[in-house]
Amino acid sequence: MADPMKIRAQVAGDMADIKILMNHPMDTGRKKDANGEWVIASPPHFIQQVMITLNGKTVVDGQFGSSVSKNPFLGFKIKGAKVGDELVVSWTDNKGDQRSDKAVLEAKPS
Amino acid sequence: MRFVIAVFVTLSLLASASLFALSDPEQDRLAFIDLYKKKFPDKPLEDYVLGALMLSNDAKEQYDSIMELPPFISVIEQGKAMWTKPFANGKNFADCFPNDGRMVAGDYPKFDAKLGRVVTFEMSINQCLQANSETPLKISDMKTMGVLMAYARALSDGMKMNIKVDGPEALEKFEAGKRFFYTRRGQLNFACASCHMQNAGNTLRTEILSPAVGQATHWPVFRGGDNLNTLQARYKRCLEQIRAVPLDLGGEDFNNLEYFHSYLSNGLPLKASVYRK
Repeated sequence: MADPMKIRAQVAGDMADIKILMNHPMDTGRKKDANGEWVIASPPHFIQQVMITLNGKTVVDGQFGSSVSKNPFLGFKIKGAKVGDELVVSWTDNKGDQRSDKAVLEAKPS
Repeated sequence: MRFVIAVFVTLSLLASASLFALSDPEQDRLAFIDLYKKKFPDKPLEDYVLGALMLSNDAKEQYDSIMELPPFISVIEQGKAMWTKPFANGKNFADCFPNDGRMVAGDYPKFDAKLGRVVTFEMSINQCLQANSETPLKISDMKTMGVLMAYARALSDGMKMNIKVDGPEALEKFEAGKRFFYTRRGQLNFACASCHMQNAGNTLRTEILSPAVGQATHWPVFRGGDNLNTLQARYKRCLEQIRAVPLDLGGEDFNNLEYFHSYLSNGLPLKASVYRK
């Protein structure tokens, strides 16, 4: 299983600021060696779907592809979120590997 | 703010009068600060650890938002695993340093009278490995030494840079580093001083040149978020950029330069493993 994600979820007013750092190689499978030949032993390996829920309600349903960088970073805001809400982030990659991490929304330190 | 600077400088002058009577290094450091104060009159000395970021609000905002959740956290964790992994004899790195290796990096580089040369923090890591019959790491290898540094130096975050130049032999090394700083080299015929002294704050192509004071406080950096560079790796890159023959990391020249260069940042707080463009 992949390394855990880093999630920072802070609420200011009724707006939650979410930052997520996923650990994933995000291989496109299109690598060439020094001679310019395709490396067959490097199959594509990338996240295909990202689901993010807040208290069970879907807030992001993202389709990722091989063009997304290694260790993808995702930042966004959620309106109407409260301190104590539970954020669940999960992804599935093209090899069927999955990872799901939780975070509880905190108040933004002033 | 200006008052604060004035007080700071006065205090450091007083301190220098008592501790470093007639010593050159402290006068050099103050001369550098004086020069930069004329260039950047509204910047307090503590901002210098940000380097060129202090001169660009946009870049600083970008830096702040990246540092909230830096993409290189996992590399620092790898460094922690290396730092805490016991040697074959059961000891680990923390046993080699006072205070378990916390708040020590600001004392380096230091002059070792027994060896008759400057010892950097990286070299003291290797001394520790050798003393415990382990294989030393390659100082130029960012994947091992660099990763270890990302954690080991972060243990000293907040420590004030505290380089000492005691005795004529140490002063000789300091002078050698200073000579390096002012020597023009390479096809572009630049010295360190050309960019980071005379032209500090000016724009070279699209980049703002940072002042030499404060530069030694924040290594290693992650350029672009994932490209790890130690201070001496950056020296090497500087030499390549001015089209000079790049020197070896951990060599005498770079060690002496780091000694002089770090001295200029004396009194400024360390903050390792930061983002840079």
